[in-house]
Amino acid sequence: MTDKIRNSFDKNPNNKAFITFITAGDPDIESTYDFILKMADAGADIIEIGIPFSDPVAEGPVIQNANVRALKAGTTTDKVFEMVARVRKESDVTLCFMTYANLIFHYGYDKFFSKCRGLGVSGVIVPDMPYEEKEEMESVSLKYDVEFISMVAPTSEDRVKMIASEAKGFIYVVSSMGVTGMRKDISTDLKPIIENIRHVTDTPCAIGFGISDPETAEKMASISDGAIVGSAIVKLVEQYGKAAGPLIYDYVKAMKEGVLRA
Amino acid sequence: MSKGRFGEFGGQYISETLMNELIRLEESYNEAKNDPSFTGELESLLNEYAGRPSRLYFAEKMTEDLGGPRIYLKREDLNHTGSHKLNNCIGQALLAKRMGKTRLIAETGAGQHGVATATVAALLGMECEIFMGKEDTIRQALNVYRMELLGAKVNAVTTGTMTLKDAVNDAMKEWSSRTDDTHYCLGSVMGPHPFPTIVRDFQSVISKEAKAQILEKEGKLPAAVIACVGGGSNAIGAFYNFIEDKDVRLIGCEAAGKGVDTYETAATIATGTLGIFHGMKSLFCQNEYGQIAPVYSISAGLDYPGIGPEHAYLNSIGRAQYVPVTDDEAVEAFEYLSRTEGIIPAIESSHAVAYAMKIAKEYSKDQSIIINISGRGDKDVAAIARYRGVDLHD
Repeated sequence: MTDKIRNSFDKNPNNKAFITFITAGDPDIESTYDFILKMADAGADIIEIGIPFSDPVAEGPVIQNANVRALKAGTTTDKVFEMVARVRKESDVTLCFMTYANLIFHYGYDKFFSKCRGLGVSGVIVPDMPYEEKEEMESVSLKYDVEFISMVAPTSEDRVKMIASEAKGFIYVVSSMGVTGMRKDISTDLKPIIENIRHVTDTPCAIGFGISDPETAEKMASISDGAIVGSAIVKLVEQYGKAAGPLIYDYVKAMKEGVLRA
Repeated sequence: MSKGRFGEFGGQYISETLMNELIRLEESYNEAKNDPSFTGELESLLNEYAGRPSRLYFAEKMTEDLGGPRIYLKREDLNHTGSHKLNNCIGQALLAKRMGKTRLIAETGAGQHGVATATVAALLGMECEIFMGKEDTIRQALNVYRMELLGAKVNAVTTGTMTLKDAVNDAMKEWSSRTDDTHYCLGSVMGPHPFPTIVRDFQSVISKEAKAQILEKEGKLPAAVIACVGGGSNAIGAFYNFIEDKDVRLIGCEAAGKGVDTYETAATIATGTLGIFHGMKSLFCQNEYGQIAPVYSISAGLDYPGIGPEHAYLNSIGRAQYVPVTDDEAVEAFEYLSRTEGIIPAIESSHAVAYAMKIAKEYSKDQSIIINISGRGDKDVAAIARYRGVDLHD
């Protein structure tokens, strides 16, 4: 399992990965199943599946609204697991979950991560569980071979080396202050952060928050090991609903090409 | 276990983006609280500007009427801006200035914390932006205008249930996008460490005064201290210096809304379970999957699905007891105190008054109890009139 995330980077000629995000259950769980397979076909190297939460405080309006729609549609953690089980019959694409600490805590760490292992989910991204708090979750997730993905932010400064030295799977480099969402440009100088990470670990690092076009994806992947895109994909779901599949396919394909050019 | 724990409760469950800011806040606070120039300025503003110490008023008519213990009201409603909230805001704003911040943001439910933050921002010449659930901007329209008068910008939050919880969400989002010049002046003993400790320390002036005052008036400690609890800032302030006095019963009154056996309640200790939300591990009203529940109370200030971690801890060790009080009981107490003592309490504080009325007969005449009147009720008059079906013309 440890190698699965790593291989998602290494299998590409330039060792760069394109990582996508989708909110599970938006507009319904059947569509998410379809979107995940479309993204895998289009070349997404790692797919983050967002388990919807009532109060997603790290999200901008696009993903926040997707969470609302998904919960309205009756999405639950168990229904997401059932959907992933069906995905697994069709695809062995690398999968991670992205959700908030309370959903996993409430489900029960052991129960949650043992299901992840059973379904071949390789990692978990929890934006409200920083370095200081991760132990309670990571000590369980590792028992089930699920990597706890660490995040580094523009404000991490002296914390970068501490976080990176313990990071597993890949490192999620948050490009900008604030919440998720498409941005006109990414103003943070990320190079010094990436250099700091490289000093202490060879765990790959990918940049997320604010990336929406192939040029930015290429630029970000060229200074790191990959690009992560969420809001731009979720925006397509918001606009086209169940019919978003082909558009998501075309979009992911174009973005992947950008990353491969890096 | 990470920092800022009260037993298993508390912690720092927050995005990496805010971690360094929280660490700086903790360091600055630890320096400031031992710096006489900071504590001196704080005390001076609390006395000269806020009007402290607040009175501990012997409610003679209420005492006679209920026929039980001697009842004292800690008059936080007489604090400038009309509630205990200012105690914390003065402290945090001075701390923010010391850290070089020029802008304050805050969440507010009933509007009392928003008004207090806007007031201190005006006083200290800081920019101010308040986040308030749209539902609450309607319930407490007067407070919105009051904040604007004070120079603050009020953002109506339209996500979720459009109440206090959602206001906290948006204030946190705003802070994570701008920390260089901005301090998040959190209004209750909740959120990530160090907020529960900082806010408690600034509010503990309530029980520091009350303890000295009751000893002077009664020559002995009270049998009970009663306060309302949403996030829990006035309650922890009223409890704190009595925690060491094991014979003083500490009672927090939660908003039961339409009853703890309905879905329209905000009583976290009565109906909540352990969870992680808004930066802390504590008790929350949530469903079987950990989705935070929409809560309800007639009181916008208690309409919150969680409780501060120190309260969860005091409950877990049995040092404090938490009881649900319904809308109906609170409204009756609101009217009772107005008629009996000529004091119109906030609908939040009325929850504490209601419970005191309920248990008065358990105590004898040579005992005393303290009710923390955390705020005044002017802001609630229109809502109570509506509740009673009275049509007020504008």
